[in-house]
Amino acid sequence: MNAGDVPWLELSIGLPLVGALWVGRVRDTYAASRWCLGFSGLALVCTLAAWSGVRFGFAPTGGSPYDVLPRVLGFQLLTLDGMSAPLLPLVALLHFLTALATARTKMSRFSFAWLLVGDSLRLAVFALTGPRELGILLALNTLPPYFELRRRGRPTRVYVLHMGLFVALLFAGLGAGAVGADGTASVLLLLAVLVRSGTVPAHVWVPDLFENCSFGTALLFVTPIAGMYVAVRLVLPTAPDWVLTGIGAASLVTAVYAAGMAIVQRDARRFFAYLFLSHASLVLVGLELHTVISLTGALSLWMAVALSLGGLGLTLRALEARFGRLSLTDFLGLYGHSPSLAVCFLLTGLASVGFPGTLGFVAAEVLVDGAIGVNPFVGLVVIVAAALNGIAIMRAYFLLFTGVRRATGVSVGITPRERFAVLTLAALILGGGLVPQLHIDSRHRAAEELLRDRAAAARAGGD
Amino acid sequence: MTDPAQWMTWLGLGAVAAPGALVAILGLPSLLRRPLSERASDRVCRWAVAVGLVCSVGVLALMLATGERHVVIDLGNWVSIRHDSTGDGVENAHYHFALKFEFDRLSVPLAILSFTLVGTIGAFASRYMHREPGYNRFFVLYAVFLAGMVTASLADTIETLFMGWELVGLSSALLVAFFHDRPAPCRNGLRVWVVYRVSDAALLLAAVVLHHSTGEGDFDQLMGNASWPEGRAAVSGGQATVVGLLLLLAAAGKSALVPFSGWLPRAMEGPTPSSAVFYGALSVHLGAFLLLRMSPLIAVSVWLAVAIVALGLLTAVYAYLVGPVQTDIKSALSFASLAQVGIIVAEIGLGHWVPFLWYVALTHLLGHACLRTLQFVRAPTLLQDYRNLENALGDRLPRPPGPLARAPARMRAWMYRFALERGYLDAVLTDYVARPFARLFLWFDRLERRWVAFLTGSDATGDQPPLPRPAAPQPDPKPKPAEHRP
Repeated sequence: MNAGDVPWLELSIGLPLVGALWVGRVRDTYAASRWCLGFSGLALVCTLAAWSGVRFGFAPTGGSPYDVLPRVLGFQLLTLDGMSAPLLPLVALLHFLTALATARTKMSRFSFAWLLVGDSLRLAVFALTGPRELGILLALNTLPPYFELRRRGRPTRVYVLHMGLFVALLFAGLGAGAVGADGTASVLLLLAVLVRSGTVPAHVWVPDLFENCSFGTALLFVTPIAGMYVAVRLVLPTAPDWVLTGIGAASLVTAVYAAGMAIVQRDARRFFAYLFLSHASLVLVGLELHTVISLTGALSLWMAVALSLGGLGLTLRALEARFGRLSLTDFLGLYGHSPSLAVCFLLTGLASVGFPGTLGFVAAEVLVDGAIGVNPFVGLVVIVAAALNGIAIMRAYFLLFTGVRRATGVSVGITPRERFAVLTLAALILGGGLVPQLHIDSRHRAAEELLRDRAAAARAGGD
Repeated sequence: MTDPAQWMTWLGLGAVAAPGALVAILGLPSLLRRPLSERASDRVCRWAVAVGLVCSVGVLALMLATGERHVVIDLGNWVSIRHDSTGDGVENAHYHFALKFEFDRLSVPLAILSFTLVGTIGAFASRYMHREPGYNRFFVLYAVFLAGMVTASLADTIETLFMGWELVGLSSALLVAFFHDRPAPCRNGLRVWVVYRVSDAALLLAAVVLHHSTGEGDFDQLMGNASWPEGRAAVSGGQATVVGLLLLLAAAGKSALVPFSGWLPRAMEGPTPSSAVFYGALSVHLGAFLLLRMSPLIAVSVWLAVAIVALGLLTAVYAYLVGPVQTDIKSALSFASLAQVGIIVAEIGLGHWVPFLWYVALTHLLGHACLRTLQFVRAPTLLQDYRNLENALGDRLPRPPGPLARAPARMRAWMYRFALERGYLDAVLTDYVARPFARLFLWFDRLERRWVAFLTGSDATGDQPPLPRPAAPQPDPKPKPAEHRP
C-alpha cells in the first residue's frame, strides 16, 4: 500500500465527523479542546496529503482504491481537481487554528463538537463537484450557525431568511437546470451566489451573524467564501456572459459599499464583517471578466483573502477573549498588552488588501491587471475598494492598539498556542508573498481548466 | 570576475539586498519576541547601511569609469503567467511581474542620498532613542523605510516602484504615530495614511494604465532604452497626459503638494530623527523623484507640464505664506521644506521646455534633502542655544519681518488668518470630502439597522447601540509617564 492508496480525502472529511461524536461526549471543556485539536489536526494532515496527491499525481482526483463511499453509493462522490485541492488544507488549517487559539475563558461557551461538524461539512463542500450533492451539502452547511444562534438565545430570523432564500434559490436553480431551462437556472443560481456571498442588498445577514453568533463560528462559516465555490462550480461552466456580468456588477458595488461601511463602523465585529464582504466581492469580480488572467487573479485572491482575513479574525477573537467586545470609538491602547497580536493584526490586515511582500499583493496585482485588460472601469473600482479597505484596516489598528495603555489585573499577553497560530499565519502570508510563483502557477492551471470546461460547454451548447 | 558589468551587477545586488537583509534581521526576531539588543540593532543598521552605500558608490564609480550610464539588473520575472491558446477556446494571455532595478543618473544619486541620510540618522537615533520603550519598533520601521526608499529609487518597473512606495508609506504612517500613548499622533498617523492611500491608488492606477497602453511597466521600455533624462516616451500625448496626471496625483500625496499639504506638519508628531530623514528629506521628495523618473511623459505632453508647473508654484507660494506663522520649529521647517519641494516640482514641469532643468531639479533635490536633514537634527539644540542667548541678553532675539508684514494692511489680517489656518486645506478636505463620506455611510448604516430591525420585528431607531464591554480594561490609576520627544 503506497501513499496514493490511502483514502486521504475520505479520512479528512470522516475524521472530524468521528471527532465531533467523540468530543460531544466529553464534559471537560479543556479535554474537549485537546481532542478537537487532535481531530482537526489529523484532518489537516489528511487534506495536505490529498492535496499532495493531486499536485504530484499519485492521486489525481483524490480517490483511492480503499474509498468506502463509492462502494456504498456506487459512484465517486468526492473528487478533487486543481482548483479545489489547495482549498481543502486551507479550510482545515483555519479550523485547526481556530480550535488552537480558543482562549480558556471562552472554551465553555464555544462548541468544539460543532466546530468539527462544520470542519467536516465545509471540507465535503469543497470536495464535491456534482450539482445535486453540492446543493445538499451547502444546505446542510447552513445549519451549524443556526443551531448556535438558537443555543445562545440570539435572534435567528435574519440568518434564517437569508439562508432560506439561498437554499431555495439554489435548489430552484438546480431544478431548472435539470429540466433544461438553462437561462432560468443561471439567473436563479446567480441570485443564490449573490445571497451566499453577501452581495448588496442581500448582505445584512453577515454583520448580523457576527453580532449574534460566536466569533469563531461566524468566522469559519464565512471566510472560506463558499459563494465563490458555488459560482465556480455551478455558474461559471454554463452561464451566459450577461449572468457573469451581473455577478461582476453587483460585486463591484458591494466591494466599494462594504469598504466604505467598514471605515465608519464602531464595533470591531461589524468592521470585520464589512471588510470580509468587500473582499469576498472583489474575489467575485474576477469571474465577471472570465479571462485567464482575471480568473487566475480571482482564484489567487480567494486563497489570500481566506487566509489573511481568517488570521485577522482570529486576532480580533483573541483580543475579544481578553477585553470583551471591542469598540472602535476610542483609542483602546492594547498594543502594550499584546504587541504580537498588534503585529499579527497589521500583517493579516495588510495582506488582505494586497500589501507588498504579502500573499495578497501579487494576487491583487494580477486581478487588477486582468480587469484593466478587459474593462478599465472595473480596474478603477477594484483599486478604489482596495484603497478604502486599507484605510479601514489602519483606522481599526490605530483605534484598537494605540492610545493610553490600560491596566489589567491579570496577564493578557499572547499565549503559546496563539503564538503558534500567529507564526504559522505569518509564515504562510510572508512566505507566499515572497515566493508567489508556486501559488500563482497552481491558480493559473486551475483557471485554464475552468475556462476550458466553460469553452467545451459552450461548444456543446452550440452543437 | 574582471568584467565591470559583472561587478556592477553584484554591487547593484548588494545595494538592493542590504536593506532587505536589515528588515529581515531586525523584523524576524521581533516577530518571535526575541528583539535584538540596542547595541546589536545599532551595529546591524550600521553594517547594512554601510554595505548598501559602498555598493551604490561602487556602481557609481564603475559607471563613471566605463562611461556606462544605464545599468539594468534583471532578476527575472517574480511572477509570470503565459497561456498560448491551443484552440481550446481559451484566449492567449500573458502577465509578468519583472523584478528589475536600474542604475542611472537619477537613481544612483537618490540611492546614495538615501543610504547617507538614513545612515546618519540611524547613528543619531541610536543615541536619541536610547532606552525609549519603542526603540526596537523604531528601528524595524526605519529598516522598512530604507528598504522602501532604495527599492523605489532603483526600481526599473513601475510595479517595483509601487512596492517601495507602499513600504515607505506604511513605515511613515506608523512612525508618525510612534508615540502611540497619545491620541494626537495616532490621529495624525491615520490622516497621513489616508492621504498615502489616495496617492497609492493613483500610482497603482497609473501603473496599470501604463501597462495597458504599452504592454510593459518597464521604465527602459517606456523611455525607449535611452538613459535618463534623454528617453522619449513610447506613448501618445493623450496617454502621457492621463498617466502623467495620475502620477501627479500620486506625487502630490507623497510630497504633500496642494491640496494634500496638511499632513506634512502633522507628521512632525513623530520622533525627531524620523521627521528629519523621512518628512524633511527623503519621503517628501519621493513624489518629485517619481515625476523626474517619468520625465519622458512630461516631454511629450505640454498639458501635463503646465499642470506640474502650476501645482509646484502653487505649493511653493502656499508654503511660503504659511510657514512663517508656525509656532514650533519642526512645523516651520516642514513648510520651508515644502516651499522648496514646490519649486523642485515646478522645475521638473519646466523641463518640458528646457530639459536641462531636470538636472537642476535633481541637484536641487539632493542639496535640499541634506540641508533640511541637518536643520531638523539641529533643531532641538538650536532652541536651547536661542534660549541661552535670550537669557544672556535678557530680551527676545530680534526677528526679521516675514512676508506677511509686507502685505497691504487691508489684506494682512486675512492673510495672517489664512496662514494660521494653513490655508484651510485640512478644513476643506475634512468638510467637503471626509465628513460627507462618513455621513453618507453612517446614513447607510442606520438604514441597514432599520432594515434588520424590520426583519427581526424588533423596535430600533437605526442608531448604533452602545456595545457591551464586560471585560473592558480600566485606565491605569498610575500611568507610567512615557517619554515624548517629538
